[in-house]
Amino acid sequence: MKKRRKVREFKPYSMFYACLVYLFLYLPIFVVIAFSFNTSKINITFEGFTFEWYWKMFENRQLMQSFGNTVIVAAVSTVFSVIIGTLCALGLYKFEFKLKNLISSSLYIPIVIPELVFAIALLIFFTSIHVSMSMVTLIIAHVTFSMPFVVITVRARLAGFDKSIEEAARDLGANEFRTFMRVTLPMISPGVISGGMLALTMSLDDVVVSFFTAGPESTTLPLKILGMVRKGVSPDVNALSTLMIFGTIVILLTSTLIQGRLEKRM
Amino acid sequence: MNQASEKVIVRLTNVDKNFDSERVVKKLNLDIEEGEFLTLLGPSGCGKTTTLRMIAGFEYPTEGQIFLEGEDVDDKKPNERNVNTVFQNYALFPHMNVFDNIAFGLVEKKVKKEEIQRRVEEMIKLVQLDGMEKRMPSQMSGGQKQRVAIARALVNRPKVLLLDEPLGALDLKLRKQMQGELKHLQRQLGITFIYVTHDQEEALTMSDRIAIMNHGYLEQVGTPEEVYNHPKTKFVADFIGESNIIEGYIENMTDNSIEVTMESGKAVIAEKGYRLEEIIYLCVRPENLKLSTDPVKGFRFRGQVREHVFIGSINKTMIELPNGQMLKAETPAEDELIPVGTVVNVYWNPGKVVVMRTKEEQIYNVIEQSVEIEGMTNDQIF
Ligand SMILES: Nc1ncnc2c1ncn2[C@@H]1O[C@H](COP(=O)(O)OP(=O)(O)OP(=O)(O)O)[C@@H](O)[C@H]1O
Ligand SMILES: [Mg+2]
Repeated sequence: MKKRRKVREFKPYSMFYACLVYLFLYLPIFVVIAFSFNTSKINITFEGFTFEWYWKMFENRQLMQSFGNTVIVAAVSTVFSVIIGTLCALGLYKFEFKLKNLISSSLYIPIVIPELVFAIALLIFFTSIHVSMSMVTLIIAHVTFSMPFVVITVRARLAGFDKSIEEAARDLGANEFRTFMRVTLPMISPGVISGGMLALTMSLDDVVVSFFTAGPESTTLPLKILGMVRKGVSPDVNALSTLMIFGTIVILLTSTLIQGRLEKRM
Repeated sequence: MNQASEKVIVRLTNVDKNFDSERVVKKLNLDIEEGEFLTLLGPSGCGKTTTLRMIAGFEYPTEGQIFLEGEDVDDKKPNERNVNTVFQNYALFPHMNVFDNIAFGLVEKKVKKEEIQRRVEEMIKLVQLDGMEKRMPSQMSGGQKQRVAIARALVNRPKVLLLDEPLGALDLKLRKQMQGELKHLQRQLGITFIYVTHDQEEALTMSDRIAIMNHGYLEQVGTPEEVYNHPKTKFVADFIGESNIIEGYIENMTDNSIEVTMESGKAVIAEKGYRLEEIIYLCVRPENLKLSTDPVKGFRFRGQVREHVFIGSINKTMIELPNGQMLKAETPAEDELIPVGTVVNVYWNPGKVVVMRTKEEQIYNVIEQSVEIEGMTNDQIF
């Protein structure tokens, strides 16, 4: 049996192809990371290694304030999206009512319509009810576009849900609330968490909707960066971007870890 | 209503259940006594699960009442009823290990920790799952999951345990073993079991009483012996064990026997209480159907041997009557066979025949009920 080959052997040319794909995806990011440590102010040649831009960045009060805003908006809007989205998905799963299909597909509209249109619609809505743009409008706007993602992920989780498991809990003496806390919620939690992660990342890097719905005091980090790059990409923007990349990776890894744990248990 | 010494623990009175416009359970009246093993038996879709779910509280009767321990439970939710269910697909909590699954009900009842520990361990021993406390349901075999499901229900010491085809997913051998274990558990704990199955053998071997359902109607309730030897309806005769069902009308009556004329001949039966020229069904079990090449007194009933089939210790013979109907006869395997193609005399011991009136008079004597099922052919009704 000399000629026996392993199935799915990784051939050299597929390896090469994979490298190209990853290069294409990650090279720009590496460039940003590299230049954030560059002593030169111009992003063309690498002159020397320094942490200078990181210190500068932390000293920049405006930058830090917008960073704080971003964190607050992302956290608060994610919490609301998760709660509303999960309840919405549960309601759509549990109850039969008229126009259910229409209502459930209308949830996806914020996802499919162009973000710009959606942002302008929000702006017009807020001004027409005489609400001036602030942190509150910003959070509401973020909830509207990230909530549908929670609904989608939780519904996906519920799709394979065996109703008799909830019935078993009722049968064993748990009332509706206890059944939800002890059975339903733990079982849909992987969906809730991935929905929450989606909402969080969407909120963290949103530019278009935030641009129209943020008040003067509630500028977020992406908006601030956008303002800064108008005058050219400075090394402190690189430093900031690098930190954000690492932040995202950390969030991603923790959520994968938590989900892996949760799903392994089932 | 029932003044018997046994205590009625579950009572269904005139229970009807409609889904949309479909009537799935019809005028169900059933008393179940404390400590009894009652089986709901019937073909797929006849309303067994629905009946069980109404007792558990997952569905509510459209009409009629359900009493648990003498109390109308119409306003009681599943968690407020002293019954527990073993679900057909087990419905274990996938995110909890065996111990937590079994402890679920006790935790809800706020039983003290040490007592939970003690009772769960006791249960685990009882269902022979020692050492598996920490396993997750996904890491267990069908039979093991089934034991967890039973333990999870029994640990609450319910008055009534509802089991919906609990052995349905198991292979034959395990099934047989679990049947024995379940019956043993039920005896040992003295809990009332309401058991759903569509396996008649399972029903006959395990039950104290069997309730046979068909199309939402309760056809007959009785001990395994009663429903097997004295089926009240053609459906029951046919469903429980095998039966030859032959239509005939009463030609002549003497003091202790009736002469019956059938499409394919004449025969005698030992029955009383019928009218001359009444149309009846004769129900003869294959083991009671005899064949002979010589004429038999009182019988003029002939058919042609069509086929022999060996099934282990018995031999099954198919006989075709002149009108095309096939009869089944069973003989011990060591008996000599009548060659295929031979025309034989078919006969029986007149006392071994169960006689049933036709449906109009006996089976659905409530007119209202037969109206319900118009639009079906007679075959569907039976
Ligand atoms: N929730 C429901 N909505 C509508 N119809 C239903 C519902 N549940 C059951 N039915 C119908 O009621 C009838 C009886 O169903 P049921 O589940 O009680 O049958 P069953 O006797 O348990 O059958 P099986 O042996 O196949 O489990 C079926 O025709 C079924 O289609
Ligand atoms: Mg069923």
